[in-house]
Amino acid sequence: MLELSILFPSILNGLTTGAVYALIALGLTLIYGVLHIINFAHGAVLMIALYGVFFLNAKLGLDPYAALPVMVPGMFALGYALQRFVIGRASHGKDENILLATLGLTLVLENFALYAWRSDTRTIETPYTFSTVDVAGAMISTPKVVAFFGALAATAILLAFIARSDLGRAIRAVARERQGAKLVGIDVEHVFAMSFGIGLACLGAAACFLLPAYYVNPQVGNGFVLIAFTIVVLGGMGSFAGALLGGFIIGVVESVGGLWLGESLGQIGIFVIFIAILLFRPQGIFGART
Amino acid sequence: MLQARHVSISFGGLKAVDDASLAVPAGSITSLIGPNGAGKSTLFGILSGFLEPDAGSVSFLGQEVTGLAPHRICRLGMTRTFQMAQPFAGQTVRENIAVGSHLHRAQRKAALAHAESIALRVGLSGRLDRPARDLTIAGRKRLELARALATEPKLLLLDEVLAGLNPQEVSEMSPVIRSIRDGGVTVLMIEHVMQAVMNLSEHTWVLNNGRLIAEGKPADVTRDPRVIEAYLGRGAAERLRTSGNEAHA
Amino acid sequence: MKTLYAILVLCGAVALLPAFVSSGVVLNLVIMTLYATLLGQAWNILAGFGGQYSFGHAAFFGTGAYASAALQVHFGVNAWLCLPFAIVCGAAVGALVGALSFRYGLRGSYFALVTLAFAEVFRILANSVKFTGGGVGLLVPLKSSALDFQFQGKAGFLYVILALTLAGFLLSWWLKHSRYGAWLTAVRDNEDSAAALGVDVFRVKLQAIVISAGLTAAGGAFYVQYFQYIDPHLAYGPAVSVEALLGPIVGGLGTVFGPLLGAAALKLLGELTRNLMGDAPGVSLMIYGAVLIAMVTFLPRGIGGLFQRLAAKAP
Repeated sequence: MLELSILFPSILNGLTTGAVYALIALGLTLIYGVLHIINFAHGAVLMIALYGVFFLNAKLGLDPYAALPVMVPGMFALGYALQRFVIGRASHGKDENILLATLGLTLVLENFALYAWRSDTRTIETPYTFSTVDVAGAMISTPKVVAFFGALAATAILLAFIARSDLGRAIRAVARERQGAKLVGIDVEHVFAMSFGIGLACLGAAACFLLPAYYVNPQVGNGFVLIAFTIVVLGGMGSFAGALLGGFIIGVVESVGGLWLGESLGQIGIFVIFIAILLFRPQGIFGART
Repeated sequence: MLQARHVSISFGGLKAVDDASLAVPAGSITSLIGPNGAGKSTLFGILSGFLEPDAGSVSFLGQEVTGLAPHRICRLGMTRTFQMAQPFAGQTVRENIAVGSHLHRAQRKAALAHAESIALRVGLSGRLDRPARDLTIAGRKRLELARALATEPKLLLLDEVLAGLNPQEVSEMSPVIRSIRDGGVTVLMIEHVMQAVMNLSEHTWVLNNGRLIAEGKPADVTRDPRVIEAYLGRGAAERLRTSGNEAHA
Repeated sequence: MKTLYAILVLCGAVALLPAFVSSGVVLNLVIMTLYATLLGQAWNILAGFGGQYSFGHAAFFGTGAYASAALQVHFGVNAWLCLPFAIVCGAAVGALVGALSFRYGLRGSYFALVTLAFAEVFRILANSVKFTGGGVGLLVPLKSSALDFQFQGKAGFLYVILALTLAGFLLSWWLKHSRYGAWLTAVRDNEDSAAALGVDVFRVKLQAIVISAGLTAAGGAFYVQYFQYIDPHLAYGPAVSVEALLGPIVGGLGTVFGPLLGAAALKLLGELTRNLMGDAPGVSLMIYGAVLIAMVTFLPRGIGGLFQRLAAKAP
């Protein structure tokens, strides 16, 4: 039905977007796996990160990829502070409270952006914005190719860190068995804050890879929230492999769906998948049925 | 009144209830005992509709009820309590009990009044208008009992309603349970408190590792070597007998 | 009883307002506060009384708005007749969302996310379909006649929204004094215990979402008549869903007056902010977000809960 010459680049584009989605979802699934909270503000924070990359470029002339060493630690610090001083306080142990608190955070961030930077859509221009790379006959824009490899590299680093480092071990312990972790002396509050920080640091990295091929305005977060949740739920809450696989699947679905139905209608496919998974297989691909 | 036939259920490879068959005669107080993890609450879940067995059937008052939703079984006349007493935290004791009363009463006033009379029977009248979340353990257990009683059941399934109570509280609750039976309600109770099992129930079933291993009068059952071994381990019955001590369950 | 009198007195007082106040600005403020109250009351039924937190109430609002607008624009149906139709459409969407979500046992955050997803699906559909005017939306033709649910001054609109909020108050009062309300709050507080006591949990939840959706849809139909315009973002965007939940959370979940208290407090805060900081975009919502976080952290029972606590401490 669809010619391969059109389908193939679409799939490739979907994979590049998917890699960035995967990185975003990884942060979200880490936060859920460790803190058991659904970070509704994930999209809004990504939006702030995108603005960060934008202004680093606009005011300081910093290339978005060169901004990585600034964005990643910066977002980490923001995440740590948010969890320690805002979200952690609001929880009172109730699911709904976190949901509302992170919703409140979304409102604050989105409207702060609106107030501070108006609603104009911003993009950045780099020497490579318009160049393309030939991938087996398909012309893929360079920023997207860089995003693909960059996101994969960031993911690999994150997974290695979780698997090998002491903190990573502590994080996995808290995720698996909170009380037990406390009993063996792990500072659970600290781990929570670190995990939240890492989750947001992923967003910092993702923003650096995303902006060259995308844009930012105060509302972009909304679009990313549901996509991120769809990926996390599809892959299985708390599963890294799931976030990775889910990211690629959703990226491709979005790209091919957009080809077929047009860009706005194409997004429906994602939400329908989301609803279907929640209804029929809420544990996702890799999750365990509780 | 209640019959379970060859009921089994597994959770991920672990057989929690294994080919269990029991019967509860109308008008009796029957107890279900067994060591922790034996599957007693799981069996209750099957009887009351919260769990669907993999095999077997449950009939209540001659009617097949296997796999019926819990609220339907309650409306047929079988009400259960929960081991972990969960009051409706946002409401008063009176409002809590009224939820049960509403099963047979549509009017709010009637339900609230009925709730008051039930509270009197279980000894909660002093706390009627206090928030349910402020109750002590003993209070919560009474509330659990009161709510179930308010549904005016024919059969009451009590899941460790005496657990966590001190001996004085136990001796206060026991006559309440007896009076419930005397009022025409059949009782099936899961209990660890042997004092109550011996004093209150006429017939006892023993569950161990999901299987029913003994039944009979409480006094006989607690002397049964298989039952002793279930609680105290292999060879315990022999050891106790040869050491000349009286067997305690 | 006391509550009932309070409701009637309050509504009576508001009804008399146009006789003493002719300022369009003041009347508009009262109308918008009551409108926010209505949305809050509807959300409160499902969340405050029922314990199911929806983040996508826009799905019901937008359906009511579009149902009314589309009928008028495409079929010339009288706007008053569109109101019950809008309510039915909204309720139907509520039934759909509820039947799917509750049948598959979605609770807590998962339920909130699913409702959000539904609202988004509707938004995308409305944006892409001719019947709803696509991205451009629908403009309701100007009729300027009370017979067509449009009024010259504000008073007419005030009475309509007042009637709707009165219905909301009475519904909330009924929930506090009826068997259904007892069942609903039981389901909120502990589903298993409720089921063990004979409550048909699925049915109760479904009925709650249908009622909540219908009332929200009425708000949508009112919106269309008041502003004479609707588009996918206004109808199904996150702003409506947020507006619906802010009032009850600030004012007190599961109470009769909570939505009104919250809506009034937030409107007041909004006006204060506007006076202090001008009409800068996003400022009031930023403050609302901060209020939301503060409420959840420090005052989970809302302002109403605070009053209750103080009253309980009084000698």
